Amino acid sequence: MHEFYLALTGWLPQYFQTTLWICLKIVAILAPLMLCITYLLFAERKVIGYMQTRVGPNRVGPKGWLQPIADALKLIFKEIIIPARSNRYLFLMAPVLALAPALAAWAVIPFTDTLVLSNIDASLLYVLALTSMGVYGIIIAGWASNSKYAFLGAMRSAAQIVAYEIAMGFALVGVLMVAGSLNLREIVINQSGGFWQWYWLPLLPLCVVYFVSGVAETNRAPFDVAEGESEIVAGFHVEYSGMAFAVFFLAEYANMILIAALTVLMFLGGWLPPVEVEPFTLLPGLFWFGAKTTVVTFLFLWLRATFPRYRYDQIMRLGWKVLIPVTLVWIGVIGIGRFYTPVGHVFS
Amino acid sequence: MSEIRNYTMNFGPQHPAAHGVLRIIMEMDGEVIERCDPHIGLLHRGTEKLAETKPFNQSIGYMDRLDYVSMMCNEHAYVLAIEKLLGVTPPIRARYIRVMFDEITRILNHCLWLGAHALDIGAMSVFLYCFREREDLMDCYEAVSGARMHATYYRPGGVYRDLPEHMPRYEATERHTRRQNESRNRDRDGSLLDFIESFTERFPACVDEYETLLSDNRIWKQRTVDIGVVSPERARALGFTGPMLRGSGIAWDIRKKQPYEVYDELDFDIPIGTNGDCYDRYLCRIEEMRQSNRLIRQCVSWLKAHPGPVMVEDNKLIPPSREHMKGDMESLIHHFKLFTEGYCVPEGETYTCIEHPKGEFGIYLVSDGANKPYRVKIRAPGFAHLAALHEMSRGHMLADLVAIIGTQDIVFGEIDR
Repeated sequence: MHEFYLALTGWLPQYFQTTLWICLKIVAILAPLMLCITYLLFAERKVIGYMQTRVGPNRVGPKGWLQPIADALKLIFKEIIIPARSNRYLFLMAPVLALAPALAAWAVIPFTDTLVLSNIDASLLYVLALTSMGVYGIIIAGWASNSKYAFLGAMRSAAQIVAYEIAMGFALVGVLMVAGSLNLREIVINQSGGFWQWYWLPLLPLCVVYFVSGVAETNRAPFDVAEGESEIVAGFHVEYSGMAFAVFFLAEYANMILIAALTVLMFLGGWLPPVEVEPFTLLPGLFWFGAKTTVVTFLFLWLRATFPRYRYDQIMRLGWKVLIPVTLVWIGVIGIGRFYTPVGHVFS
Repeated sequence: MSEIRNYTMNFGPQHPAAHGVLRIIMEMDGEVIERCDPHIGLLHRGTEKLAETKPFNQSIGYMDRLDYVSMMCNEHAYVLAIEKLLGVTPPIRARYIRVMFDEITRILNHCLWLGAHALDIGAMSVFLYCFREREDLMDCYEAVSGARMHATYYRPGGVYRDLPEHMPRYEATERHTRRQNESRNRDRDGSLLDFIESFTERFPACVDEYETLLSDNRIWKQRTVDIGVVSPERARALGFTGPMLRGSGIAWDIRKKQPYEVYDELDFDIPIGTNGDCYDRYLCRIEEMRQSNRLIRQCVSWLKAHPGPVMVEDNKLIPPSREHMKGDMESLIHHFKLFTEGYCVPEGETYTCIEHPKGEFGIYLVSDGANKPYRVKIRAPGFAHLAALHEMSRGHMLADLVAIIGTQDIVFGEIDR
């Protein structure tokens, strides 16, 4: 395909040709991603609907399948109201700051062995850096709105991030130790050999900690204190309307899929089939990657339908007193287990 | 460094956790509440004064609209007060029916409370599970009175009419397949009593379902244990009643202490808490649902075995049937008198209270011998509870305030009246 492209655009200058090729690849990743986000929204409403003995949206289009499109259209046509005493510039910056990192992180996600936009060596670090950026969008939104409710949401978010970011980082240190690489593609390749070779088994505590911190980072129930629907109404985005609100929404769901994809890559063998025998290996890697991500994303929805919300000081307690000690201990176990015990191969 | 000051925050009246139109002015130190001052009156409709301008029997409908999640219990207190002044005792079957519907109402109220409380704390699903059961009970309301909420079913001297022999059934629509329709009509083949009986059979399992989601859930416990603690002494001093008082460990229940209707013939227990926190009150109300279920079962089996009149036969008090009215002069006069000037109640005063799902709901009724009450004073349990909001929430966080509002089971219809 690349050859075909080169032949087609051979008359262009080289640098322009490359830039255009990268842009096309970005579109090829983001367009399906946006579609996934809109339908994740639909899936959430349907899944939670059935969990709550309702049927969910079923009026727009066949069986409700056009509902997310209708929602998006509605939001596009709504006015974006900017509060009089807000900081206009930051107010409009904030949603962009929330969405951009959630999309940019996809640049290094290996969908299959070969399908990756940019296969950089420190991709794990890159992802970690970008996913932590998203919270600034929330903090700035809360501050720029100049509303007490929004400000409370921003404060909660700021307090919360310190608690789980560290645990999340430590969980990734464990992955790094076992895989011996910061490259996501190599991390997956190191897991080859079927279901029991994936890292979820030797790194089970870290896998759980990572997922829990991921839920906290995406501000999803039961850690949705920054939004705190029944306490601070909508928290940081209480003053947002129309497309500005929709962008926060997109960011939240893009982050959900991203965290699910990262969990799959680091702990559930990425695009690798669960059993490396004939019928399973015939299916393309993209299918396995998509299927696993769907399952993990489903967990987000399941959590939301099941659990009450934490109080924000309780999240910090959970982060500092449970998650961080667990990761520290397990990092120690990996280190000692790998080099000083006869079962060291488990951890490599 | 500049001085750090507390700030004032407005909560409600349009707030998802304000349970109607509660407005609170809070003084906050960060997220910690230093002072909170509930403002009421946004739903004031002047029920007491309205009742004083109408003949006695025309105010029953206003009582439904006080605490609009436990309608028949409100009616009950008012109707009992009138009966006490009139010196009328309704037939035994009517009293069993009233007790049965009081307990159905208690389940209705507690289901809504549980759903709303859980939703405030963030557990969405319980809300919808509770509403599934409420739907069936609303159908019972509809079957006896024709209205799903504001029933006006209790009347001085009995109840409006006997329980129907047939439970209304769903009709086929284009939205439902025949199979869906059959399952919706599953328990509706027999009489209303059969329907209620089948409800009581499946309801304990439903309560178990709610408890699975909440009772042992660590997050739920973290959010409710030791939140809004009220000591027994303070609970008594603050005028708490109902589950709020029992949650603090005081075994006070008007159904046991001053039995009205047929409660002294029925077998039930009253649960009490030990710590007086939100979790204890939650457990109390859950157990009350189970006890109400028990009471309903006893009433159903009694009612099935004992048919009889459900209204006193006194046409000075109760309008004659349409059939009689059309053919009989005397009945026509009775009908005309009742529907124009009502009836006069002998001079006197009474304070009559019942164990409402939220606590002690009392009616203080003064009659000067006219066809309208001279004074009606309604004692709403929620008013005393809301007054303690500051004491219960001081030093807690904003998120706990929501849990405390939830645990108080506030409905603005009765507080503002």
